[in-house]
Amino acid sequence: MTLNFVVPGDDFTRAGEASGAVKQKMKQLGFPSDVIRKVSIALYEGEINMVIHAGGGQVDVEISQDAIDLVLTDHGPGIADIEQAMQDGFSTAPDHVRDLGFGAGMGLPNMKKYSDEFHLESEVGVGTTVRMRIYNH
Amino acid sequence: MTVREIKDYLEADLLYGEDLLDSEVHTACGSDMMSDVLAFVKNQAVLLTGLMNPQAIRTAEMMDMTCIVFVRGKEPNETVIDLAREKGICVLKTRHPMFAACGILYSHGLRGGHEQ
Ligand SMILES: Nc1ncnc2c1ncn2[C@@H]1O[C@H](COP(=O)(O)OP(=O)(O)OP(=O)(O)O)[C@@H](O)[C@H]1O
Ligand SMILES: [Mg+2]
Repeated sequence: MTLNFVVPGDDFTRAGEASGAVKQKMKQLGFPSDVIRKVSIALYEGEINMVIHAGGGQVDVEISQDAIDLVLTDHGPGIADIEQAMQDGFSTAPDHVRDLGFGAGMGLPNMKKYSDEFHLESEVGVGTTVRMRIYNH
Repeated sequence: MTVREIKDYLEADLLYGEDLLDSEVHTACGSDMMSDVLAFVKNQAVLLTGLMNPQAIRTAEMMDMTCIVFVRGKEPNETVIDLAREKGICVLKTRHPMFAACGILYSHGLRGGHEQ
């Protein structure tokens, strides 16, 4: 099953709609709660990143019995130093983002932690694509 | 501890979730940083926070939490309550600030969940 979402870049309050919808769908389909939790958190962190760092983007989700594939694509500023961005605590988020409860520099490491396969591609001035796969056990 | 007991101990107002008051909860966490909740919290059922935006509810949703407690007496807006209703998350509001609210619940036996 394929699900596609647009993550609007101008409405912070809507970040998380895609993960909420995917979570709901996976519950209906009877996936184990720990698998659902991993997908929800990984996708939610990705959505938040697209809104606060990239002006929105797109989420494509493929749900099958064996695994859930998440692809997050944006046409934001891109990430110059991916290794640095992946470090715990590294963040370029401005103070107003911190006032919204984000910007601890934990999102990307957390996405990596909760996914079984994690690929981040980014080009400065072009955009960022994050691919994550979470296995159903 | 039940959500109802939390409500009583914190002299809190129930903003949504009458039918969740008898839910049993064993662990809680307190933070204004949703990043940290998403990264460090494990199976805690209650989130105490001073953050009054919809992302507090969404974070609780992603973490499968039962109840969110807004501290320091601030009133969340309708959007926040509507989202909690949609997601089935109980919402309480207490006048106690974060440190006191956590302390009160801890003294009644609620734990952080990292001790075990
Ligand atoms: N989609 C993206 N487009 C451009 N830059 C990004 C994107 N995602 C992450 N980054 C960059 O990588 C840094 C680290 O991201 P990460 O998600 O780990 O932390 P954060 O978003 O700053 O804070 P947190 O996730 O804890 O709220 C960000 O501060 C930002 O500079
Ligand atoms: Mg992030």
